[in-house]
Amino acid sequence: MTIPTIVGAGLAVIGAGIGIGMIGGKAMEAIARQPEAYGKIQTAMLIAAALIEGIGFAAIFAG
Amino acid sequence: MYFCTDFKDTVICSKMQRKTLVRILSVLLFIVSFSALAQEHGMELKEVAPGKEGSKTKKEEIKEFINHHLLDSHSFNFFGSTDEETGETHHYGFPLPVIIWDEGLHTFMSSEFGHGDEIVESNGKYYALHHEKIYRTDAQGTLNYDAEHGDHPTNVRPLDFSITKSVVMMLLTGLLLIWLFRSLAKSYAKNGSIPRGIGRFFEPIVLYIRDDIAIANIGENKYKKYMPFLLTVFFFIWFLNMFGLTPLGVNVTGNIAVTTALAIIVFLITTFTGTKDYWKHIFDPLGDGMPWAGKILIYIILVPIEILGLFIKPFALLIRLYANMTAGHVVLMSLIGLIFIFKSWIGGPLSFGLSFAISLIELLVALLQAYIFTMLAALYFGFASETHAEHEAHEGEIQHL
Repeated sequence: MTIPTIVGAGLAVIGAGIGIGMIGGKAMEAIARQPEAYGKIQTAMLIAAALIEGIGFAAIFAG
Repeated sequence: MYFCTDFKDTVICSKMQRKTLVRILSVLLFIVSFSALAQEHGMELKEVAPGKEGSKTKKEEIKEFINHHLLDSHSFNFFGSTDEETGETHHYGFPLPVIIWDEGLHTFMSSEFGHGDEIVESNGKYYALHHEKIYRTDAQGTLNYDAEHGDHPTNVRPLDFSITKSVVMMLLTGLLLIWLFRSLAKSYAKNGSIPRGIGRFFEPIVLYIRDDIAIANIGENKYKKYMPFLLTVFFFIWFLNMFGLTPLGVNVTGNIAVTTALAIIVFLITTFTGTKDYWKHIFDPLGDGMPWAGKILIYIILVPIEILGLFIKPFALLIRLYANMTAGHVVLMSLIGLIFIFKSWIGGPLSFGLSFAISLIELLVALLQAYIFTMLAALYFGFASETHAEHEAHEGEIQHL
């Protein structure tokens, strides 16, 4: 493991973290606005978070 | 707990519930303490016998131990202990059969490898174990290394069909699932569709998978075809994840071969149940509304991306499950390893507190990963089975909203 790969993997994980954070935050806002749509919002949130998480893990394994 | 059908004996009920709760909690506590014990013994054994592979720092030993845990194993080893006076180590567990194909079938028990350092002779060929992988060697057991492969020997690796630890756990989980859900089905038939006993726990989960995963993503008309697979894969992954948190020390869903197999099944089902419209969407996404001359320029880029997407979807599925479970195990075991790094009064409570908290998160992750795998599989099946007419209807709905 060289330093550039570690830094690159770290940067990718920061990106994934920001992405998941934004999804979570927006989902919270959406639920606050429309509590009755809780189930649908949660499902959509989990799918989006899972997709981003996949990229984060791919970056870790590449690095 | 299960006799509380009558409202009159609520008092007895709550008492019995409390009793059951206490029982469950004490079993859990026993498991947790036993787990810590098992890990400790495993660590101790390496600390006492450092002379064999030269002296190592504690950090390296812990790293090696974690790496060993993450790998599949040819024997089922619960824990080991070292006799303080004689320095002998005892391993508690049982060997598993080794089945290899190397110009003929070779079968023997893994106990013949000893603790992984003995050479086994089978039908005139010699085999040695290195990092839980079997290599063909000569009578002296020499393993050849070169600079290119690093720690991996360049010896021939025969085809290995052994019943390893992961295979045993998968077979056990499969049998457990068959027994559990068959008996549940029978009890439903007997009691007139009213859940009894453990069925009260599983019915909402099954209904959730049907209503919120299958019907929501595949649609009313076609979900039935996919339900058996979705239910099986959900409970299979969930149970295996949960077994990974017990002191059995298995790491089945954190094994990339297992998740690859699951993802390949998803890929095959998606491919073979794909409708004409699904394939048209991949190879001709713009449809008939555009002249072919205009399409060519776009399709040079678009179609390869769509085809790549076919393979990326199951690939992401397998990496997600594998990486999540592996990461969880590494974090937990590193926290337990803190005890041996601190080596003072602070290590024990710190390690216990942190690993307890992470264990609780891991319980959630075990369920969440099973849910996400099932969810995304259902989503892909939904894409594959959607016909053109339904697609139009959906778009109409969106516009209407």
